[in-house]
Amino acid sequence: MTGNIAILAYGLAAIGPGIGIGLIFAAYINGVARQPEARGVLQTIAFTGFALVEALALLGLVFAFIFRT
Amino acid sequence: MSLIAAGSETFEAPGIADFWQPLVGDGAFALTRSMVVFAISSIVIVVILFRVSGRLKTVPGKTQFAVEGVYSFVRNSLGRDIIGSKDFKPFLPLLFSLFIVILVNNLFGVIPFIQFPTLSRLGYAIALAAVVYVTYNAVGIRRKGFVGYLKSFVPSGLPGWIVPLMFVLEFLTYVVIRPATLALRIMGNMLAGHLLLLVFTLGGEYLLLHSTTINKVPGVLSFGMTLVMSAFEILVQFLQAYVFVLLTAVYIAGAVADEH
Repeated sequence: MTGNIAILAYGLAAIGPGIGIGLIFAAYINGVARQPEARGVLQTIAFTGFALVEALALLGLVFAFIFRT
Repeated sequence: MSLIAAGSETFEAPGIADFWQPLVGDGAFALTRSMVVFAISSIVIVVILFRVSGRLKTVPGKTQFAVEGVYSFVRNSLGRDIIGSKDFKPFLPLLFSLFIVILVNNLFGVIPFIQFPTLSRLGYAIALAAVVYVTYNAVGIRRKGFVGYLKSFVPSGLPGWIVPLMFVLEFLTYVVIRPATLALRIMGNMLAGHLLLLVFTLGGEYLLLHSTTINKVPGVLSFGMTLVMSAFEILVQFLQAYVFVLLTAVYIAGAVADEH
């Protein structure tokens, strides 16, 4: 079997952000379900957190391409 | 792009190299496809906005309604709610331009015959992130003074021994991490999304035309996945334009906020 180990590394790097984004949106849905009028505020916070967590996965993606050879 | 798969008998997976498409010339001064797409997007935006804002009506037509919808979305839920009703007005042109430029360029990734997300080239993403970077730092320095701006990195009320550590961390965040992630986020999302579409399209084409008969079934399924993924891509494109402007607004809000 041949392939590129960078892809494997990216798979590992995506685990953490995957769990993190799941937790963030779970909390967001919970919050909106309990208090629908707070949606606007929660949306901003949720997407800010989402963007910060997602940055880790994206760094993994970029490094997977950079260190490919 | 289809030339890649059609030319050879073994399947070659698409890669980053497929995004480098010089039309005229070669090397650093080549006229690339992304430049042409970006120019088209600028023209489209300017024409639409001028036509709409030139003759505003009390009862809006369809185009005016759409433009007003985008504008009021950026103004209210991104500008006013995040930066605050006191300070948001000077930054509205920046936020609105960023949002509409990113949105149109992202959508060009799935619009037939254009089909190239400009921001999947890192240079364009860095240029947009650089504008944001200069803006929030300049605003922060103008508001608080240079020393005051550096001081505002560390929240007040921390124990003394942790302050240097926090300062180094926050300094790195403001100077390196924020602009780098801003550029890499939009570039990574556009690149990955477009690469996904490319894999399904080229894979489907290969399975249909260059493989055994039994493989035509997954080939058709692969084209089906392209359609599904295109719909998903449109969602991501909206989301990324939103996230970019949201983070811009959050950074500016942090720079203009009073110490507390």
